[in-house]
Amino acid sequence: MSPAPGPGAPSASASASAPLRVVSRRECPVSRARLLQLELPHGELQTPVFMPVGTQGTLKGIAVRQLEALGCSILLGNTYHLGARPGPELISKANGLHGFMNWKRALLTDSGGFQMVSLVELAEVTEQGVRFSSPYDGKEILLTPEKSIEIQNALGSDIMMQLDDVVSSTVSGPRVEEAMYRSIRWLDRCIAANKNPEQQNLFAIIQGGLDAELRKKCLTEMIKRDVSGFAIGGLSGGEEKDNFWRMVTLSTEYLPREKPRYLMGVGYATDLVVCVALGCDMFDCVFPTRTARFGSALVPWGSLQLKNRQYAKDFKPIDEDCDCPTCKRYTRAYLHALFRNDTAALHHITIHNIAYQLNLMCSIRESIRQGQFPVFIQQFMKRMYGSKEQYPCWAVEALSTVNVQLE
Amino acid sequence: MRMLELWKRAPITWSHVAPPLENGTFGCSEWRHVEKPQCYCVLFVGYTNIWLSSFLADCLYSVKDLPIRPSYVLLASVTKMKLILSSIVNGCRYGKLIEVGRNGSKSVDIPGCLLYTRTGSVPHLTHDTLSLIEGVPEPVHLTLSTVAEHHEVLEEYKEGIGKFIGMPESILYCSLHDPASPCPSGYNTNKTVSVWGGGGRIEITLSKFMAMQQAFKPDWYQSMADGEPLPPGASRKRVKKSVDRTLGFLDGCLKEHQNSEVLKNSEILGVIEGGDILEERLRSVRETMKRPVGGFLLDGFQADDMPDDPKLNLIASVTGELPEDKPRLIHGIGKPDEVLECVSRGVDLFEGFFPYVMTEQGRALTFKFKYKVDPEGEEQKDLVGPLHQVQDQQLISAYNTMTIEQCEGNHIYSMLEQSGCGDNEISNKASDKGGKTVPFTIDLKSEQYRADFRPLLEDCSCYCCKNHTRAYLYHLLTTNELLAGVLLMIHNQHHYFGFFQSIRDAVRDDKMHQLKELIIKQKLQQ
Repeated sequence: MSPAPGPGAPSASASASAPLRVVSRRECPVSRARLLQLELPHGELQTPVFMPVGTQGTLKGIAVRQLEALGCSILLGNTYHLGARPGPELISKANGLHGFMNWKRALLTDSGGFQMVSLVELAEVTEQGVRFSSPYDGKEILLTPEKSIEIQNALGSDIMMQLDDVVSSTVSGPRVEEAMYRSIRWLDRCIAANKNPEQQNLFAIIQGGLDAELRKKCLTEMIKRDVSGFAIGGLSGGEEKDNFWRMVTLSTEYLPREKPRYLMGVGYATDLVVCVALGCDMFDCVFPTRTARFGSALVPWGSLQLKNRQYAKDFKPIDEDCDCPTCKRYTRAYLHALFRNDTAALHHITIHNIAYQLNLMCSIRESIRQGQFPVFIQQFMKRMYGSKEQYPCWAVEALSTVNVQLE
Repeated sequence: MRMLELWKRAPITWSHVAPPLENGTFGCSEWRHVEKPQCYCVLFVGYTNIWLSSFLADCLYSVKDLPIRPSYVLLASVTKMKLILSSIVNGCRYGKLIEVGRNGSKSVDIPGCLLYTRTGSVPHLTHDTLSLIEGVPEPVHLTLSTVAEHHEVLEEYKEGIGKFIGMPESILYCSLHDPASPCPSGYNTNKTVSVWGGGGRIEITLSKFMAMQQAFKPDWYQSMADGEPLPPGASRKRVKKSVDRTLGFLDGCLKEHQNSEVLKNSEILGVIEGGDILEERLRSVRETMKRPVGGFLLDGFQADDMPDDPKLNLIASVTGELPEDKPRLIHGIGKPDEVLECVSRGVDLFEGFFPYVMTEQGRALTFKFKYKVDPEGEEQKDLVGPLHQVQDQQLISAYNTMTIEQCEGNHIYSMLEQSGCGDNEISNKASDKGGKTVPFTIDLKSEQYRADFRPLLEDCSCYCCKNHTRAYLYHLLTTNELLAGVLLMIHNQHHYFGFFQSIRDAVRDDKMHQLKELIIKQKLQQ
């Protein structure tokens, strides 16, 4: 694996009128990590960035004012859910998803593909699209690339995702190949269907499962298309980490450096740090916010299960070094006591977990800016795992391929 | 004089007490006549020690020619806080409680409401979202129902429940029961009361009760009381028992309170029981008044099964007997019309749970409480909201100028409905789930709001109305999103606190009649 070359000069993206502009790009001299400054229709964005997931037009329990205060610059919305409730027509009337939920910064919407496969029992995939029964009213729905883009156009997100033929990463055989080629064809249909190319970006999604050859074919084809960015899809679905990181590395090796790379569904702290080193820029995951609602608070050395009795008389904040609103005012003991009785407990922990994720990415960016990212990785791993014997093997191996040797 | 020497050795604060004069009589700060004119009640301001009563009574008795008998010696405790009444108009009291709290630096406006919490949190809200609300009242209301199970934790914490719940600067009031949760009866005994917490029934003895208060360190707390809801027509025996038990509990609490270093800056509130029997209510009042309490809690009026008139008459009778210079709280009263009726009958403070109960039903408070008519002649658009579709302006102005009785007599309401007036306060259809309509609110789960891009309430300046729409709230409610509770709670609290400000203004300006009319009109619209 060849290391990434030295820091690159600021570069222009594909075309000046595209609704995504890479204002600057700085690369880590050691690993493949990059620091990008992006300009989107609804504001600026620095990567690497973590995007909290606001599935149904809200981040569960958190007001947009609170998200702004935490420094969140981009949220994710789900086309599958919003397409059903409240539906694209209503959201159009509300001035798009931005207007409907009153979020003034950037939004990214996925295509609906993943939910169809993961949430819907009997989804039938054909060349036309995905046919399934709506869980809300039982009606038969056909989600085509055109339909998905139509909904996303109505949502008005800054970044839209193509509809891809999603196959679980635990599946192998001809189905994977079929899905990969189909995803390319659907990408072309999505590009053609975009009625708002001046205001809304479209990202392609690289498929190919865990097969290096298929991935490479997909990459070769998709990078020929005029899209603003690329996502690495079909991973983080329960496959072995050893296979996972290899596919990530393969992708970042061939993806153009001047466009952002979005690794879908990754959100665990260690995964984020390693995948930034492997050359990814954008991440999303429901994990931090979902786990908060189960009482789990994320900390630099792991997580605290605040529902456990051991915290009943623990009068420290979740993290003494954290300055989020929760840690500044509330103790673990209080959150433990509140947990069974009021939803406010969920919100306190959600706020903390989002702050944790955003602070992590901020620290990553800062260390790349200062040319100290490998040092940061070292400190991060030490804090998280204690000693080298505890470090996950896949992480050690993956990092070594980008010239970061952990001690 | 022997009397003076005895006096000097008594454990009282000199600055608050008038020492005896040389001739052996007492110059007192306040005299209050009771039935027999030749006997005087001597009010000693400044006693903290209940045994001083009998000691002092003995002293007084032993002094010749003093026409004072022990039974008429009344005591007032060193209530650090003071009630300053600016006015009493038509039975409504307006003023401030000052020198409230551990530092004596806070004040509470009267009439007012408390900030309702569950396990020390305003439901759904964190400190930051609570900060988005204007007019949040000073006293935070904690309930043993929702915090008793954490007693041991608080004992180990040692820094008091205020800091534990993230409100270290707030005034805290601790009551027994949670007004928004059912309280089954039949469990109280002569020695215990039961509260219902998250984990089930918690039985509390006097010593446990006081241990909790010492661990929590509230600024005010109600005395332990037998306040089980009694069905109307409960036996006199049972009612009498609840009064007796409560007085016994009060004396027990006072004894420990006065020996407690930790509670020395806290106030204990006496609890007036007595069910629906006037004599028992008055007995409870008179006996409780003899004790050195900081204020009074009118208990047992929570249930809806006591019909309005008898209930209100009882409340008036109780407050009529209570001393003017101490605050009166009432539990369980929260609906706007009931609040006004109680304010008119001398009640000062109310629990703030009504916004929460409405939030849990997916309802937004939308009732108008601005009774002032703008003398500049600006169109009074408040009674009939945004009039997008109204054609018949004459109908609307008739509605605005007529009294309730006139409107009903002239069939104004039905004509407005037929004219298709879009405002929901008038033509509030039942939600499509078939729920009953609740006055003063709109049901945001109702399909009619699906594409309604107006704020919850026009002219409301709360965070929710300034940033979000009815359509968004409808979406959040129908998709069971947590944010629905957060936003509704913000709006409902904001609105309710605004209502109380309006009550204070109305009492101050002697406009309670207008405010009442406005509220009653909206109650009858449903």
